[in-house]
Amino acid sequence: MISTQLPAIVLLLTLLSAPICSMIRNGDHAWKLAMFAVWLSVAAAFALMSQVWGGTTLSYHMGGWPPPWGIEVRVDELSALVLILITLFGALVISALRESLRTVMRSHRHSLYYATFLLCMAALIGITITGDAFNVFVFLEISSLSTYALIARGRDRRALVAAFRYLIMGTIGATFILIAIGFMYMVTGTLNMADLAQRLPEHADNKVIQASFAFFTVGIALKVAVFPLHYWLPNAYTYAPKATTAFLAATATKVALYVMIRFIFDVYGVEFSFSQMRLDMLLIPLSIAGILLGSMTAIFQSDVKRLLAWSSVAQLGYMVLGVALLNTSGLTSAVTHMFNHAMMKAGLFLALAAMIYRVGSSNLRDLAGIGRTMPLTTAAFVILGAGLVGVPLTAGFISKWYLVSAALDKGWLPLAALLIISSLMALAYIAKIVDAAYFQPVPDQHQNVRDVPVSILTPVWVFALLTIYFGIDTRMTAGVAERVAQALLSVAS
Amino acid sequence: MLVATAVTIIRTRKLMSAVMLMGFYSLLCSCIFMVLDAVDVAFTEAAVGAGVSTIFFLAAIAIVGRTSKPTLPGKTVVPLIACIATGALLFYASFDMPYFGSADAPVHQHVAPRYLEDSPQEVGPPNVVTSVLASYRGYDTFGEVGVVFTAFIGVLLLLGAGTRRSGIERTAPGDTNDESMRQKIVLREVSDLVIAPVLVFALYVQWHGDFGPGGGFQAGVIFASAIFLYALIYGIVPAQKLLPPRKLAYLPGVGLLLYAGVGVYSMLMGGNFLDYDFVAADPHDGQHYGILIIELGVGITVAAVMINIFYSFSERSL
Repeated sequence: MISTQLPAIVLLLTLLSAPICSMIRNGDHAWKLAMFAVWLSVAAAFALMSQVWGGTTLSYHMGGWPPPWGIEVRVDELSALVLILITLFGALVISALRESLRTVMRSHRHSLYYATFLLCMAALIGITITGDAFNVFVFLEISSLSTYALIARGRDRRALVAAFRYLIMGTIGATFILIAIGFMYMVTGTLNMADLAQRLPEHADNKVIQASFAFFTVGIALKVAVFPLHYWLPNAYTYAPKATTAFLAATATKVALYVMIRFIFDVYGVEFSFSQMRLDMLLIPLSIAGILLGSMTAIFQSDVKRLLAWSSVAQLGYMVLGVALLNTSGLTSAVTHMFNHAMMKAGLFLALAAMIYRVGSSNLRDLAGIGRTMPLTTAAFVILGAGLVGVPLTAGFISKWYLVSAALDKGWLPLAALLIISSLMALAYIAKIVDAAYFQPVPDQHQNVRDVPVSILTPVWVFALLTIYFGIDTRMTAGVAERVAQALLSVAS
Repeated sequence: MLVATAVTIIRTRKLMSAVMLMGFYSLLCSCIFMVLDAVDVAFTEAAVGAGVSTIFFLAAIAIVGRTSKPTLPGKTVVPLIACIATGALLFYASFDMPYFGSADAPVHQHVAPRYLEDSPQEVGPPNVVTSVLASYRGYDTFGEVGVVFTAFIGVLLLLGAGTRRSGIERTAPGDTNDESMRQKIVLREVSDLVIAPVLVFALYVQWHGDFGPGGGFQAGVIFASAIFLYALIYGIVPAQKLLPPRKLAYLPGVGLLLYAGVGVYSMLMGGNFLDYDFVAADPHDGQHYGILIIELGVGITVAAVMINIFYSFSERSL
């Protein structure tokens, strides 16, 4: 019985423990409950993956009503992969969160913080598994609201401004997506995604659908932070509380990207999105601009948190580019990189959070010589950084390999060269941190800095080891991604 | 009128009048919804938009002051272009939209007929909106309650209502302010007359949702606004004595869990999440009980969240 109910259980574990967490006054007890819930949902996510492994699709009817009347939950390999991404990386961050929060907040606020965190996670899970267009919007609202609250909780006063800016941008994005969904409903009379996909093609020339597509593209581009709509991201990531950044960087934009892929390929359809609306003509230049601008800006940052945030803008560019190239390798790279980048960035931000935990700042000057005072944390940081650059035997290499071969498949040599140049730029900004960490003298006030407690160090190293593991064993990442890519593209031909 | 109001809201620098106009704007919207036959939506808009959110804005103004800073003229160019582009796109889309009120519109052809024709047998309530909201798309409504709950947790996390033990003591200096309100006899007499019927009306809306427009969302808001009225006239302290913030802070979670509890119960009985057919032995009864309980959950969450947010705002402003 449990196995058939899994799609509901994976969501309810986090969604229901959130209100319970908020009622527990003792922060430590709340943390234990949160840990219990998220690690169970990790198990549920892996169980779901094993059920859909090989390309089957699970359909679960909420309330027992068959679609399109009721709301359908659909899990396939792509959503199972994103589920693992959210739950596993979220669980790792929560594991480190208790120690990390101790310095930031008074303890009675901790329970609320965990509750918000769980709500955000639950909402992202909800978005990932749903097969209903309007339901996406409902959970998008929960995830956005909780994200704003999490960001605004940052210690810096500027966190409030960053959160408010994100709130405005995010609300515009969400409203555009809502308009898009409303328009689709107006023309087809249904909200179920699979049903929409069947009914939309006959309306391809309908101006309402075209407008709906435009609204959706702009709205979701805001959420994914596609250049030039990335404006909110660096500030939001920089001023968010340190461990939160790790979670947001790993999940929020990735889930938005997932929604983008879902809608473009599964709802609007490849034929409409690319042949008729020429989405690739828009996305390819924008993503290239995002890659170059993001990497370039990252090189000139002196604050490591901000540097990593700008690097996210560039890395998201890779993923969007992979989608827009519209061949199997491109999509494979997008999906693989979605997973790999989530893992590496979460790890990097968490390692950085560990450094801030001890040093109190993320400025390069304060991090000088940290390789000697905090050897274990810094070593993990370097491994994760190498993954970001795309060094062979790390996860980052795999996704970049697919992306470069996607460019070569198209016969676009300059693009492939450009990707290699941008990797060198990534090397430049990571090298800058490594240089400061290992080759600069330790400032006097940080002489007695030590490595962080095991409860933070363990998740950081798990991220680092996973980065190496997924650089060697790619069955779950690239293997799944390739099948997903073929399935998404085969609908077209 | 809607457009004129919106333009005035943007142009004015007096926050007070902007807030009042926004209330008016919501009232106009609700009239439009009424004309469009969306009675339930109109009801919600009137209660939330014109009522509750105006009060929240007023509480916010009490903190930040009455006028806004002038903005630099150059800064508005990009938003203006974005607005024009959005408007143009909406206009473009309107060419192919189905005619207003047309029965052939796809919306009425595909999913809706089953809602209209079969819902009395399958679900029960004569009000189709309730059937769709609570049963066919109960999972969405569950998500919406989650949204409300998230808003509550967010406010609590940032402002910290109910968790601050000194809340009641701290409000003491504000009493001089309330004193003036208490002296306004007319206001007090009228509100004394109004509050009790409003509370009863809220309960009526809550339980009558099956038959007419209404349900948990509207009832929760109406209930909360009665408490607001009481707090505005008599001051926040007696209101907090009536509904202690520390206890009230539990209620939003209780509502959400009540809703989910029905779903989990139906799962334990062998159905899917929120499948009310399994709540009681007879599917028809099951649907009835299920909807009744989840609407109660919605009502509790909404009312408690509204009052909690109001408390945390007014604690700040005093």
